[in-house]
Amino acid sequence: MLYAILCYHSEDLVNTWSKEQDDAVLARLKAVRMKLTEEGRMGPAARLMGTTAAVTLRKGREHVVVDGPFAETKEQLLGFYVVECRDLQHAIETAREMARANDTGGAYEIRPLRVYHPPALAAGAGAPAGQSTLSSMGRAQ
Amino acid sequence: MTDISWIDSAITSARPQAIAALLRYFRDLDTAEEAFQEACLRALKNWPKNGPPRDPAAWLILVGRNVALDGARRMKKQTELPDEDQLSDLEDTESNLVESLDSADYRDDLLRLLFICCHPELPNTQQIALALRIVSGLTVKQIARAFLVGEAAMEQRITRAKARIAKADVPFETPGAPERAERLATVSAMIYLVFNEGYSASGETVEARSQLCEEAIRLARLLLRLFPSEPEVMGLTALLLLQHSRMPARYDANGAIVLLEEQDRSLWNRTLIDEGLALVDKAFRHRTPGPYQLQAAIAALHSRAAKASDTDWQEIEVLYTMLEQIQPSPVVTLNKSVASSKVHGAAAALEIIEPLAEKLKGYFHFYGVRGAYLMQLGRNAEAREAFDRAIALANSAQEAAHIRMHLDRLKAEAEGKG
Repeated sequence: MLYAILCYHSEDLVNTWSKEQDDAVLARLKAVRMKLTEEGRMGPAARLMGTTAAVTLRKGREHVVVDGPFAETKEQLLGFYVVECRDLQHAIETAREMARANDTGGAYEIRPLRVYHPPALAAGAGAPAGQSTLSSMGRAQ
Repeated sequence: MTDISWIDSAITSARPQAIAALLRYFRDLDTAEEAFQEACLRALKNWPKNGPPRDPAAWLILVGRNVALDGARRMKKQTELPDEDQLSDLEDTESNLVESLDSADYRDDLLRLLFICCHPELPNTQQIALALRIVSGLTVKQIARAFLVGEAAMEQRITRAKARIAKADVPFETPGAPERAERLATVSAMIYLVFNEGYSASGETVEARSQLCEEAIRLARLLLRLFPSEPEVMGLTALLLLQHSRMPARYDANGAIVLLEEQDRSLWNRTLIDEGLALVDKAFRHRTPGPYQLQAAIAALHSRAAKASDTDWQEIEVLYTMLEQIQPSPVVTLNKSVASSKVHGAAAALEIIEPLAEKLKGYFHFYGVRGAYLMQLGRNAEAREAFDRAIALANSAQEAAHIRMHLDRLKAEAEGKG
């Protein structure tokens, strides 16, 4: 069964980490990821930019785009993993391994997947953002 | 990460909010700082033992407030408040406090704290020092190192700045919309000053000062979280991220400045660039261009060019023209002329900067840029004259060395011909 492990943490706190602290946490998490990969259990995973980079499309009669994350919370969704696990117990154990690698507070929400569409994107994909920006600025002029 | 370093970053990240709230309670910066210090000492004892609280900032505010009140009561020989070992288990107390810190209060508290550091009577350097000390929590030693002054001198400077603020009237009532916008602009300018103080470093000071750039980015992000729909705050944050992304390429092995066009772009920090571009994108959706957004957009165009020769100078010229309209200044026009020289040639660029001669007669870059245009046009004697003026006005050995390179080239050319 596939589980999503959603990573919540205070982004103010994560923003105070020095590069060394950040690198150290990432290196330890990478070891967990490598192990999961070897076991053939590792699905897509991502670290998200801060909520300051987010906009939210609020659906309604008219869909409105507002700046910021969907919900203002003390801890923010900062990343996620999709992992193959035998059962809930196994998923919790996996999250515990991650918690040992990143023992800095925060929380992992464990959610079983209902539907899974495997990624069509190649690893390392992703063109830089913002190609359309300047033409829109030109119109603002 | 060890426990202690976790506690350290928890305290650092809670600091602005905690000091800001304590300032609202006590209306006195020194009392607020002392209460916070005391709360931190207790956190260092309590957190490793009892585990980290769910909301470190709320814990520090509550304990800091109680400690200060307790101190005041003890002086009146009254009963003590319960100590924080018990308090931290009282989920209710904590969540009540969190509720009372509703987001509007929190926002105005923090803005007020940042704003008092920007008191108009304080010179720029004191504003920066104060913000770094009070809001960021850098030690006097760290700040002194960044400013290349002794610790005692910096201590004195900060004390003097605080005394001046204590005498000034700090408005504690909730600001109205126009005051809030005004404060936001003042605080943005202060954050940009902090960044520039770090960005303008060279030689041996680079390492100590690049910390200032990181602090400024942290403050900008904080401001953006408080005001998530302000395009200028997005622009400011993007501008800082995009400029800071070039840090690893800005200095050669000897600590000399490497100009943008000559930088090894593979050293640029992609993560910071991507975040900066995402913010420029977000800001432009608002269609209300402002100075920070335009400068960020110009920086973004440099970031997008894989090689210097790929730079979209035409678009940069357009953006500088908009910037000139919004915020006219001879320096903006001078910068615009650089884009114009790439698009229309050195003669056109020279024509743009001719009227600036009087206003910028004491400005190093004016003569450096003018000399470069004249040199491109083969007017070598005039170029030499401009470069001589530039050297006389250089602010650092690096700047002078850069101009001397041009002069040497002119000399070599002249000798070659002769």
